[in-house]
Amino acid sequence: MQQANRLKPYYENLSFDREDDRMIINFGPNHPSAHGLLNLILEMEGEQIKKATPNVGFLHRGMEKMAENMIYNEFLPTTDRMDYVAASSNNYAFALAVEKLIDVEPPRRAQVIRMLLLELNRMISHLFWLATHALDIGAMSIFLYAFREREYCLDLIEDYCGARLTHSAIRIGGVPLDLPDGWLENLQKFMDHLPKEIEMYERLLDTNRIWRMRLENVGYLSQEMATSWGATGVMLRGSNIKWDIRKNEPYELYDEVDFDVPVTETCDSYGRYKCYMEEFRQIIRIVNQVIKMYDGTEPQLIANAPQYLSAHKEDMMTQNYSLMQHFVLVTQGMRPPKGEVYVGTESPKGELGFYIYSDGEPYAHRLKVRAPSFFHTGLLQDWLPGCYLADVVTIIGSSNTVFGEVDR
Amino acid sequence: MSFRKYTPKNDVQKKSYYTDRFLVVPEIPKLEITDALLKLHVETIGASVEVLDAHTQRDQVIVYVNHTDIVATLTILKSIGYTTLTEMSAIDWLEKRDGFEVFYQLVNMGLSRRIRIKCFLKNGQVVDSVEKLYRSADWSEREMFDMFGIKVNNHPSLKRILLPEDWQGHPLLKTYPLHGDEFASWYEVDLIYGKEYRDVIGPEQRDAAYVNEEDTRNFSRLGHEVEFCEMPTKDDVPIEYQEQKQPFLIRDMKPENQKNIDDRR
Repeated sequence: MQQANRLKPYYENLSFDREDDRMIINFGPNHPSAHGLLNLILEMEGEQIKKATPNVGFLHRGMEKMAENMIYNEFLPTTDRMDYVAASSNNYAFALAVEKLIDVEPPRRAQVIRMLLLELNRMISHLFWLATHALDIGAMSIFLYAFREREYCLDLIEDYCGARLTHSAIRIGGVPLDLPDGWLENLQKFMDHLPKEIEMYERLLDTNRIWRMRLENVGYLSQEMATSWGATGVMLRGSNIKWDIRKNEPYELYDEVDFDVPVTETCDSYGRYKCYMEEFRQIIRIVNQVIKMYDGTEPQLIANAPQYLSAHKEDMMTQNYSLMQHFVLVTQGMRPPKGEVYVGTESPKGELGFYIYSDGEPYAHRLKVRAPSFFHTGLLQDWLPGCYLADVVTIIGSSNTVFGEVDR
Repeated sequence: MSFRKYTPKNDVQKKSYYTDRFLVVPEIPKLEITDALLKLHVETIGASVEVLDAHTQRDQVIVYVNHTDIVATLTILKSIGYTTLTEMSAIDWLEKRDGFEVFYQLVNMGLSRRIRIKCFLKNGQVVDSVEKLYRSADWSEREMFDMFGIKVNNHPSLKRILLPEDWQGHPLLKTYPLHGDEFASWYEVDLIYGKEYRDVIGPEQRDAAYVNEEDTRNFSRLGHEVEFCEMPTKDDVPIEYQEQKQPFLIRDMKPENQKNIDDRR
């Protein structure tokens, strides 16, 4: 029934200059090192890339369209599927944007739990990056070690919210649950143990001849290119620009904790690797401080804003009005005031922002997701020309893109 | 005689099923710009282009300019330190105002300030590309074209980015239904099988919640499983689990040999 000639490879529709002896290589979409469905059309002269055309959209699910057809609380679990490596950071960015829209501040205990979740997610994402990046370069053992630690992180998250990957652990206005018994002790134990592991990764890689040869002076990203392309996160700090939204525009409790923003002057893949390793230490530093903040907080978990947010369970079961309000908020959805906000947060990949235009309806009039990986992938078309084919994998790896986020 | 219920085609987005008659949704107040630096920046813009409106909402500065002044405005902003175009896209106002609002979200990393430039485009008007100033606009403008069909002047390659290049329709328009239009339902059928197989295959079912109990090719009913493409059955079909057949891994696994780890390392 299927006609073979119907499925034409995509590149046949493109016209290339055939007068020279350039070779065209299709990298992907199913290349294991592309970390998702990325199709790179590379024009090569010998081993050197002359032109690179990233082709994205294979994972497009129309999330912005879905957001316009869902009430705000309904859309929250969908955000898990954007950066599926660190789902809570997406939930958080969305929740924060809606909170800014309705002008609600979550209670302190919720903020502490959110901070812990966010930093755990950053840890998961960075460990995942280290593991897969090293695997792409050819270092197999580091993959196993990093995934082992990642598994502990996922266990902790699972203990908290029951899910390993799609957490939905952060709600608009707070968090749904308090920490289970013994969770903080487990987290503390893990955090005490982790520096040794980080040190081991560095021992394995830092002076590894192959690792350094594959990374040093590979993928030089100039400051101009990084800022012009909207690179954020480690990509920007890897180009020697000290910009971290947690530090520069602090949200949640980041202004109460002490941490450094690592930057590198070399602007190459090795420098970015060093940045990631330093960020591991900063995460541990932040978490250790936040754990101490938990004691002494009030047990309230969701902000008190009956117009927009359901009351907590106990009120709902005892107070008639709370139950009615909950019913209206679940069936009709909250109606935020008319207006627009853009909120950017420092997700593990870079600046994850949500732009929401509310028309006073329970459905957003427009919701735009500013995904860091989208711009990091676009950057490849200026970044790759001049590089060699063998370095493409290193460059894609060190840009740390997730295609759920690129295509949305 | 019965008529089909009329549904307006200019906005097919989901609507609230009930709205209180007396409900007045408040508007976030539009305030004066209080921040001295941002005020200065807005005045710098105002010196050379016409600023239609400038205010803050929730501490975020929004500046409205004419759509012909976008490149001039962003050139000024880039020269005063707004080196990154964080995000740009459009808002569909075709139903109410017959046009689009295009916004440019910029950030000044040296001063930690953000500013949002907005302009209004009448339907059919084009906006100039800012790709020469900010390379990130290359992909953002392509996405805007893909999603809204807004044309951009002087763009090096204005083609679709997320959707296939031979796609028809612009999905983020309010006139575009959530589950796709007629074209979308035949797109993959035509691509994989060919137009001549439309009758055999039928349109693509694009509703994620769709379940057909008669269709055993695409759906299976738990407890009533049949072979692929066979007729559905109402009889109970016992499920065999591999544990019952005992492959060697499970056969050799005894409870006394198992080790339970009480403690996370």
